[in-house]
Amino acid sequence: MGLTSIDWIIMAVYSVFVLGIGVALKRYMKTSTDFFLAGRSIPAWVCGLAFISANLGAQEVIGMGASGAKYGIATSHFYWIGAIPAMVFVGIFMMPFYYGSRARSVPEYLRLRFDEKTRGLNAISFATMTIFSSGISVYAMAKLMQTLHILDAPLRSMGLPLSAGFHISVIISAIVVLTYILLGGLVSAIYNEVLQFFLIVAGFLPLVLLGLKDVGGWSGIKQQLPTAYTHSWQGMSSPHTNPLGVEWFGLVMGLGFVSSFGYWCTDFLVVQRAMAAESMSAARRTPLIAAIPKMVFPFLVVLPGLIAISLPAQRPGLLPSAHGIEAMQGEMAVAGRGLIPPKINDATGQPMLDANGKPLLDYDLAVPNMLVHYLPTGLLGLGITALLASFMSGMAGNVTAFNTVWTYDIYQAYIRKGASDQHYLWVGRMATIFGIALSVAAAYAATRFNNIMDFLQLVFAFVNAPLFATFLLGMFWKRTTGHAAFGGLLSGTLAAAIHHGLTLPVGAVTGIKGGWLGTVHTYPSEMAQNFWTAIWAWSVCMVITILVSLVTKPRKEEDLVGLVYSLTKRTSEGNLPWYQRPEALAIAVLVLALILNIIFW
Amino acid sequence: MGLDIRLPIGLLFSVIGLLLVGFGAFGDKVIYQRSLGLNVNLVWGAVLLVFGAIMVIFGRRSSAIRPGAGSSSVAGRSADER
Repeated sequence: MGLTSIDWIIMAVYSVFVLGIGVALKRYMKTSTDFFLAGRSIPAWVCGLAFISANLGAQEVIGMGASGAKYGIATSHFYWIGAIPAMVFVGIFMMPFYYGSRARSVPEYLRLRFDEKTRGLNAISFATMTIFSSGISVYAMAKLMQTLHILDAPLRSMGLPLSAGFHISVIISAIVVLTYILLGGLVSAIYNEVLQFFLIVAGFLPLVLLGLKDVGGWSGIKQQLPTAYTHSWQGMSSPHTNPLGVEWFGLVMGLGFVSSFGYWCTDFLVVQRAMAAESMSAARRTPLIAAIPKMVFPFLVVLPGLIAISLPAQRPGLLPSAHGIEAMQGEMAVAGRGLIPPKINDATGQPMLDANGKPLLDYDLAVPNMLVHYLPTGLLGLGITALLASFMSGMAGNVTAFNTVWTYDIYQAYIRKGASDQHYLWVGRMATIFGIALSVAAAYAATRFNNIMDFLQLVFAFVNAPLFATFLLGMFWKRTTGHAAFGGLLSGTLAAAIHHGLTLPVGAVTGIKGGWLGTVHTYPSEMAQNFWTAIWAWSVCMVITILVSLVTKPRKEEDLVGLVYSLTKRTSEGNLPWYQRPEALAIAVLVLALILNIIFW
Repeated sequence: MGLDIRLPIGLLFSVIGLLLVGFGAFGDKVIYQRSLGLNVNLVWGAVLLVFGAIMVIFGRRSSAIRPGAGSSSVAGRSADER
């Protein structure tokens, strides 16, 4: 890998700052509100950057680069269609209820709006999900450290076996995250997410600039790749004419509406960042401010993948081998493409082939290979630090969401009501330790039972898919009842499972990919299947919730003030200058997103 | 919160910027073959140093005006609660 002392110094300086922030914040953690909600005192721009960074884990950075290499610029749909409209919606329409109701978490909002069982369902599924996401983050980091052979040299000099690298990565990251959350709670997590945001920009911008210079800019990429890779909408009329294998309706409804609104508008991990804001208007501006950098992120995270695949073949990519990273040679260089190496069969050491005898590419190595290819020692240390920062804050984001939901929505609701605030603060700290221990356990479970992780992620997708229908009806239709919300959520999840069980992406084997109830429909791609699973789940939840609401007794209107749109006074932002008003920001954000879509049509 | 986030960000990037500039100026130049012959450590280190310095200046200015207060928009907050 060729890391030298300057790289290690940069990583060390970063860790000192991360822990230092925790230490500096310790004296402000007096009440449970300080610890779980940052005392509702954070300025909008800080919350905004934390809002997107909480989602920008390293799996995202590596995964989006991989998709960029695999699908081209169409990957930016995950940003321009799959995030921006939902972020605008949550800021303008939903934040008044989240922030205004003084709920301390998303499940608590469900308790206020509906009933105890709906809250319980959401709290328990969300808490479980955060633990596993955090565990997957730890696992992915330790795995990447191994793949890039980052710890090999220090391990050799200490006379330890190379396999110890995995354990050391897991333990060190767990200790760092544990320390700064115990000390500074949500503020620590938010501050470190902001730090991570700037680190990602600082580490990836030179990479993108160098790469672009090398391939001859955007026009150089266009020359190297088929047109489908450099246009995001052309070919979306049919799933067979674009690399995603989805048609425009499935994309816009499945990704742009159901999945994206379900995530950005209801996931407590991101909503918590806005709830920490210092005022209602800051809370509403949080997702809108976040939307601006989010829109340009494809240039930082998707473009490296496109550059990696469009580099000329005579420049061999790098391949991790037993001796560290080496230039691909002979057979390997032929099997790979650009900087992307072929997938290697661990048993034989040979490139893996698909059904047509073509080598499979290991797209996940696109971003790491770009870092190693372009960045000299020094900047390389900064790039690795940026990746480490995003792995750790991915873990911290989940843990801070977990400790809040555990303390307020599970412990205070079902285990011990009416204790002192200091007691809940203590429980929150214990939940942090417990949550991190569970994440580490989940990371080790992932090393043993890869299929279990795939299975769990599938189940979580089923649970999440219908959520937005429940929130939409709850916030905008005062007739919606608690029984209806609960029944709608369960039937939506069931519908997702049944749809998955009855369909299969083309070329896949029955099992974890679907079809376990008998295949009645085949989708052109796994992505299309996922989007349609979400659409079905959402629609069933919507219909069932409406039907059950009509036959059950609604709550009294005076109980719903501040929780439902038609019964809540509009917040007036009249005394703010126009550029600070959420509506003005929202329009600016939407216009910019539209322009980006047109440029890369 | 009492700590203005711009201070740690500014300090971190100043330190990293200084390290990179120093390494770029005095270190071996052979390593820049990878980065198309550009001394990216020197150039990017300088960019980060400037960014860090600006963040420190802004962070210090706001905590000097309101000691112990957060960073911005105290006005926005009182407006909402009115």
